[in-house]
Amino acid sequence: MATSTKTLTNTPTLADRAYNIRRNALRMGEVQGQGYIAQALDISDVLAVSYFHAMRYRPEDPSWEERDRFLLSNGHYAIALYAALIEAGIVPEEELETYGSDESRLPMSGMASYTPGMEMSGGSLGLGLSIAIGMGLGLKRKKSEARVYTLFSDGELDEGSVWEAIQSAGHYKLDNLIGIVDVNNQQADGPSTQVMAFEPLVEKLQAFGWFVQRIDGNDLEAVIAAFDNAKSHPEPKPRMIVADTLMGKGVPFLEQREKNHFIRVEQHEWQLALAALEAGRQA
Amino acid sequence: MKTVRSAPQLGRPRLTTSAMIASIAAEGQKTKPAPFGHALVELARTRSDVVGMTADLGKYTDLHIFAKEFPDHYYQMGMAEQLLFGAASGLAAEGFMPFATTYAVFASRRAYDFIHQTIAEEDRNVKIVCALPGLTSGYGPSHQAAEDLALFRAMPNMTVIDPCDAHEIAQLVPAIAAHQGPVYMRLLRGQVPVVLDEYGYNFELGKAKLIRDGKDALIISSGIMTMRALEAAQALKNDSVDAAVLHVPTIKPLDAETILREAGKPGRLVVVAENHTVIGGLGEAVAALLMRSGIHPAFRQIALPDEFLDAGALPTLHDRYGISTAEVARQIKQWL
Repeated sequence: MATSTKTLTNTPTLADRAYNIRRNALRMGEVQGQGYIAQALDISDVLAVSYFHAMRYRPEDPSWEERDRFLLSNGHYAIALYAALIEAGIVPEEELETYGSDESRLPMSGMASYTPGMEMSGGSLGLGLSIAIGMGLGLKRKKSEARVYTLFSDGELDEGSVWEAIQSAGHYKLDNLIGIVDVNNQQADGPSTQVMAFEPLVEKLQAFGWFVQRIDGNDLEAVIAAFDNAKSHPEPKPRMIVADTLMGKGVPFLEQREKNHFIRVEQHEWQLALAALEAGRQA
Repeated sequence: MKTVRSAPQLGRPRLTTSAMIASIAAEGQKTKPAPFGHALVELARTRSDVVGMTADLGKYTDLHIFAKEFPDHYYQMGMAEQLLFGAASGLAAEGFMPFATTYAVFASRRAYDFIHQTIAEEDRNVKIVCALPGLTSGYGPSHQAAEDLALFRAMPNMTVIDPCDAHEIAQLVPAIAAHQGPVYMRLLRGQVPVVLDEYGYNFELGKAKLIRDGKDALIISSGIMTMRALEAAQALKNDSVDAAVLHVPTIKPLDAETILREAGKPGRLVVVAENHTVIGGLGEAVAALLMRSGIHPAFRQIALPDEFLDAGALPTLHDRYGISTAEVARQIKQWL
């Protein structure tokens, strides 16, 4: 299925997948000289579990009718999803060098009409869950077993439309929806909890009728268990995974860099970051 | 700076605003009830992909008729227009054809980004059907969508339609269903006048049609203003003014060929009449088309002014803002 050759064994583990996704993202960041790389690093474990454990899809047929849908609501995380789509063999690895360039199918902000495997045009925040509601209703109309995964950011919790969608998912008991909210506590103007207090998030979501799990989004075993539970949970409720993550995860000097929504990485640092990622993996 | 109006003169009779959705039918005029609701039911009998969606305005957009007939094809999204259109995009992505209804003010102003990004940009097959277009409510700017056509004209991929009457609405529902892509349609609901049947008119998507001919003036109009234009043309006849009426229900894409052919005929004053602000609607679309094409007839616009419109009774407001039959006739006579 995958095209990557950067693995240590013949059967890549989920840790290998997460490593490869981080590596792909860093390589794209280097092409562009900037990007939402800290977010990409924080969400790579979730994407590895999504694409290599939880979801059903066919890399050679991204619009296969029975595929699980993956909606990227936070379109600026596109660099992370491209990294996963490359690892999954949906986007050819050669296109990595075009990231954010003219004529590329990998624009800085994710759009459905540009990229195979990209299900929606994000970028304007707070859209994804509303689309997911319609897809969830539509899949039920078709009696499809497919699920709709929607990744969004903690900053998007500020958007009223997100709560419109959360309320309606509970109303329609959309048990084919699995939401993942990336709580990295960072948005454009600073720490998300300070920009607009959104806690207690688990209790709020439960009150809206969701089955909610809160996990360390960088603990692979915890992520795997959360996706398994989300899929097997028996109640007719939409499912939310609240994933606490660490910006820059896997590259210590980026983890420690002063927290920033759009981090500055100097040209010489990309290779250092790749080396640090590799070192962390060997340790 | 905000100022509060001075108190009215008391003790004299005045018209009342009445219901939020006042009828635009004149007394004694032939009408049909809920043409959209009934047409959608007919459509859904032939196509299983049709779904109806609304944001707590099913009864007020005639969608309740569809909901009663096809309860399993109907989605109540609550009073949440952003959700309504985002979810409509999702259903369209799964192969369904949502007809999503609300008031024109809420679709155009509150949910604009959702329609822009999740429907138009992704070219989703969603039909957006909106009641209270232009000045068809006396409740003030909260319910008066004077700028909806300008906003949706400016959106790539969007087809924009402003129908005149029940006859046309019944015909255009299957026509927009046959068109693959997003459509914004202005809706007349409740008891809707029937006007165009007498002229042997048939709706065709993207086509302007000459409803009556005349040698002195050409009124180019859409929506309820075609009804007003026909009435005004009849009244002008008594003053020996011969006015033609070109009905342009499809605001975008504009039927440039027909408009240029009619406006290019010499010796006629060209008047564009629309139930919409003077900014960015049919009038400016036609003006720009004529300028680009090097056709320069005497040109006037009948449209709502660029201001927040008053609350009040519709007949009062239509007179005040120049879109009543009497005002259309008076202005044209004055310009000739």
